[in-house]
Amino acid sequence: MKISLGPILYYWTRQSVLDFYEQVVNWPADIVYLGEVVCSRRHEMRFGDWLDVASKLSAAGKEVVLSTQALLESESDLKMLRRLTGSGQFCIEANDIGAVRLSTGKPFVVGPHINTYNGETLAILAEQGATRWVMPVELSRYMLAELLVKKPQGMETEVFAYGRLPLAFSSRCFTARRHNLPKDDCHFKCLEHPCGMTLKTREGQSFLALNGTQTQSASIHNLISEIDDMRQLGVDVVRISPQPDHTGEVVAAFRAAIDNIVSSSEAQTALASFLFDDPCDGYWHGLSGIEQSIKMLS
Amino acid sequence: MSLELVCPAGNLPALKAAVDNGADCVYMGFRNSTNARAFAGLNFDNETAKQGIRYAHDRSCKVLLALNTYPQTAESHIWKQAVDDAAELGIDALILADLGLMRYASRTYPDLRLHLSVQGSATNYEAINFYYEHFDIQRAVLPRVLSLAQVENVVKNTSVEIELFGFGGLCVMVEGRCILSSYATGESPNTAGVCSPAKAVRWQQTPNGLESRLNGVLLDKYSANENAGYPTLCKGRFEVEDEIYYALEEPTSLNTLELIPDMLRIGISAIKIEGRQRSPVYVEQVTRVWRAAIDAAKQDAAHYVAKEDWMTQLGKLSEGQQHTLGAYYRPWK
Repeated sequence: MKISLGPILYYWTRQSVLDFYEQVVNWPADIVYLGEVVCSRRHEMRFGDWLDVASKLSAAGKEVVLSTQALLESESDLKMLRRLTGSGQFCIEANDIGAVRLSTGKPFVVGPHINTYNGETLAILAEQGATRWVMPVELSRYMLAELLVKKPQGMETEVFAYGRLPLAFSSRCFTARRHNLPKDDCHFKCLEHPCGMTLKTREGQSFLALNGTQTQSASIHNLISEIDDMRQLGVDVVRISPQPDHTGEVVAAFRAAIDNIVSSSEAQTALASFLFDDPCDGYWHGLSGIEQSIKMLS
Repeated sequence: MSLELVCPAGNLPALKAAVDNGADCVYMGFRNSTNARAFAGLNFDNETAKQGIRYAHDRSCKVLLALNTYPQTAESHIWKQAVDDAAELGIDALILADLGLMRYASRTYPDLRLHLSVQGSATNYEAINFYYEHFDIQRAVLPRVLSLAQVENVVKNTSVEIELFGFGGLCVMVEGRCILSSYATGESPNTAGVCSPAKAVRWQQTPNGLESRLNGVLLDKYSANENAGYPTLCKGRFEVEDEIYYALEEPTSLNTLELIPDMLRIGISAIKIEGRQRSPVYVEQVTRVWRAAIDAAKQDAAHYVAKEDWMTQLGKLSEGQQHTLGAYYRPWK
């Protein structure tokens, strides 16, 4: 089983991003997804910067994939998409059907923001050239098992296994809204929130995280205890979503668990101190996403 | 130029109200999880669908069927059966979101017209043209996230007809790309055809006022003088960095009555009224106002104004008695 680092979903300074990937070179991750998935206003990293990082990681033996923006609204969004799909040098993670259209005929990854809920849909994407798909996060292990019965030949399956869950996209920026700013003049407030802004209920329950135009779970989705289950189901890649702190330790913990160097409960314990909010794993078990299964609490 | 008025039919009385008050099309769903308004007591079985279709067709009104949830492997036969039933019933078009189901429908019934549902999340012409090239979709319903200028750019770059939401409940998220509901309750529009499902809602009177909860998660508290609307997850009040406010969206409705001349100008093919879960009276009143407004704009777009009387009537039918132009008006974002 391989480990991937998902695209950085937050807005970090250019230097923070460069420093982050400087470290990634030495982490036991096999695949690295790069690029801006959430908001076209985030421009600390330019197209050329991403290609430079991609080349460095590629030279260090990582498989590099360029992720495309999930919500494409304007002509300039499409222009950026065409630069990505046309670069030819690296594989693309398509996060919109528009990106699938522009990737057709080349190998590409179906991102988690494309609604792949059944084998027929996956087969159509495979015909376009998809060689890997990232399961939508709300699918359960049971739905995955049924779907993989009809898996197209050569198709790899990736599961979002660690991080705040991407739950929704909007054209509205909720970070700007919190700061009473219009989206077009947002002062790039996302830079102040490197893992999103926690949204709590009126009785203090940590519930969601606002990340610009994206809404995430506040809880950290964590499937480190499910590695054996995932392996048996035929999952090829587990995705870790970058966070500002301790991502390297998280990758190492997953590596140790995958390589059977530690037991699942030891891995769970090792990871516990790096969780910056409550854990959850409900979606995997066919429950509401926010839930933490009893098995893991015991 | 044609600008069709597409009205919601949650049941037979609502369908008749829409037809009688000037809808060009009505849209409905079957009584199961194959559509995004899979609410108890709503929707059509084969017999009522047959009656509704006959009623509409006799009065030159088209009937569209929403099959816009995502089939899950073990039960995908239910969605295919729904396509078969719709074709048999003589539906004028299917409204689909799932790629696999589109292929099934387009191969099995090549003459059956297909529309891309808003749940298909197509916000750009590259995506819409993909669905056209592969499944010959004839119309796409756009998510409520684009500004009018962005909509215009989509229209210019595709031969597919474009349908816009004109009035009703406002999704603040991109439709088909929001799973907040399943995060809290296990059921989302994509998988179960419901958002913030009624069975997960609890109202509780407490010493501090009325509380609404969704599967235990506190969505809002209301003081005695506040109106409490249906507790949709994204329209609750939450706390972010010590401020309590409608962090995602106020309880408000979309109303684009004043944009009809713009929609005509940029070549929009249809306007959709949201609200299959609303009463026949709602459908009757909204349909009547929109029919009058569209006719007035078609007759003389240059002098068209959204009459105060129309706006007042729609205002009364809006969630929280508030309305907005939503994303069509850029500062909303």
